[in-house]
Amino acid sequence: MARDPGLYDYLPNDGTRPQITWPNGARVAFWVAPNIEFYELDPPKNPSRTAWARPQPDVLNYAYRDYGNRAGFERMMQAMHRCGIRGSVSLNVAMCEHHPEIILACAERGWEFYSHGTYNTRYVFNMDEAQERALIQDSIDTIKKHTGQKLDGWLAPALTYTDNTLDLVAEMGLTYVCDLFHDDQPGPVKVKKGRLVSVPYSLEMNDVLVYNVNLVSPRRYAEILKRQFDRLYAEGAASGTVMCIPLHPYLVGQPYRIKAFEEALDYICGHDKVWLATGREIAQHFLDHNYDAFAHASHAVVEAPL
Amino acid sequence: MSVPADYLKYEKRRYGMDHERYAWSQLHTRPPVAWPGGARVALWVVPALEWFPLDMQGKPFKAPGAMVTSYPDLRHYTLRDYGNRVGIFRIMQALVARGIKASVATNAAVAVRYPALIKACVERGWEVLANGIDMDHLHYGGMDATEEQRLVTETLAILRRASGQKVRGWLSPAKSESYATPDLIAAGGCDYLCDWVNDDMPYAFNTASGPVTAMPHSCDIDDYQILINNHHTEDDFRDALIDQFDQLYRESAHQGGRIMSISLHPWITGQPYRIGALEAALDHIMSRRGVWPATAAEIVDAWKKQAG
Repeated sequence: MARDPGLYDYLPNDGTRPQITWPNGARVAFWVAPNIEFYELDPPKNPSRTAWARPQPDVLNYAYRDYGNRAGFERMMQAMHRCGIRGSVSLNVAMCEHHPEIILACAERGWEFYSHGTYNTRYVFNMDEAQERALIQDSIDTIKKHTGQKLDGWLAPALTYTDNTLDLVAEMGLTYVCDLFHDDQPGPVKVKKGRLVSVPYSLEMNDVLVYNVNLVSPRRYAEILKRQFDRLYAEGAASGTVMCIPLHPYLVGQPYRIKAFEEALDYICGHDKVWLATGREIAQHFLDHNYDAFAHASHAVVEAPL
Repeated sequence: MSVPADYLKYEKRRYGMDHERYAWSQLHTRPPVAWPGGARVALWVVPALEWFPLDMQGKPFKAPGAMVTSYPDLRHYTLRDYGNRVGIFRIMQALVARGIKASVATNAAVAVRYPALIKACVERGWEVLANGIDMDHLHYGGMDATEEQRLVTETLAILRRASGQKVRGWLSPAKSESYATPDLIAAGGCDYLCDWVNDDMPYAFNTASGPVTAMPHSCDIDDYQILINNHHTEDDFRDALIDQFDQLYRESAHQGGRIMSISLHPWITGQPYRIGALEAALDHIMSRRGVWPATAAEIVDAWKKQAG
């Protein structure tokens, strides 16, 4: 085990970073990342993590998540569509087989698909390299087959990893990852082969953290989203920032929560210097214009003695 | 280090669900449902009549509302019991005053211990639905099959005797089931089940004794979830009820009938400082045209005629 993930060098946000200029002079690259997930009722055991809080079948928690596909997705999708937001779908790729209607609804609206593993109940912990390669290849192949898209992004299923994860996704041709929470701007990820971008996702704005962990009310969530946006919009006047709202249809798509979310989206999209982007577009823009300058400006970190 | 080879095999990776209990379907694609009298939203209020034994074992986990301290936990025992002595009657008054009939999710132990309470509910035309023996007898995967059969049989027998009703509905304590629970309650004569929180409308749910109706009993529009688990205020609770209703009411204009279920625990909402929040939300809901306050059985029957 390492003491430092070894994935990025130090680049303070002290006003001296190379400037990011988003398309059309936007201050904020705004992207919405719905996690479209399938949880198995009876998944196999992983040595490092139990799938369900209760003994299987965990009917309550399984059904709560299933709600997202049956009812919540449509509400969330309509709320985004009315503001002209294309989702960047963090996809459990088995959804392509289980619920192709949802994949089609996203594809028809020009949404991006990136991978969130095969199922949200299959964890990467403890996989050997060949197993993890097979998992990533499954995502590449399934997304290509069902959507025609090249897989560019990765958010580890249920945020589970090995030490190899980011090296492998870069080597296998992906361009960005959403698993690192160290910055409000994209940045280079140090991988063995290829060039990989960390695109800011967010735990703070993520409805799972907001609703299931921090237990906030829907109207308060709208307030959090607006305040986050206001600050990033103001700071984006100097150099482009990124705001992501990661969503789960089973949470944000509950009837009593959807209106507050719609109001937050209306507020954000009511500003003119906002780039409604997808994860892939943000990563590509950064690769084309900023990656090398950011890599060059970063300070190598010296291992602390102990 | 590696995981077993079959960890990357997916035997149920196929169209639809990964089990046989119900068919995959999206709410917005289904034919619209029409409620009696052209109503847009069926209002389904479900107070839980629960008994938490003082010597709770918490097997295999503690149900929400369980005892907290070492034995004897008098403060939590008595506060839960407050609901059955005092709180439920505030809720009853609030509902009766607004012409709303409730469906009480009842532990069999409450029927045995407090027959006067069951009588009061039945006299008001309320429906009794089964909520297991008590809050310390959970149904769960891996439990003894004979024991579960006994729990279901006894629960239904006690509640049918006490209420004089058919007792058609089942809600598992803590919404916890074994793999067999739906089969057992269907064989026991129940025709609807309230444990699966995956929809806003009823749907057909398969059991070994034929299909029953899954009813959308909310785990979010629930006083325990909002007030106790989330530590929100009673005003937040009121707002959540109103926002839930308004969204369902909006959708009902073009997607057909909807169901607003409200899950209540008398020891929570029946507190003097909280009852007003429920009353305010109910006033908001009942002020709209096309609200049908109904029991679960009435909703199931109306739904089955069209969609069953």
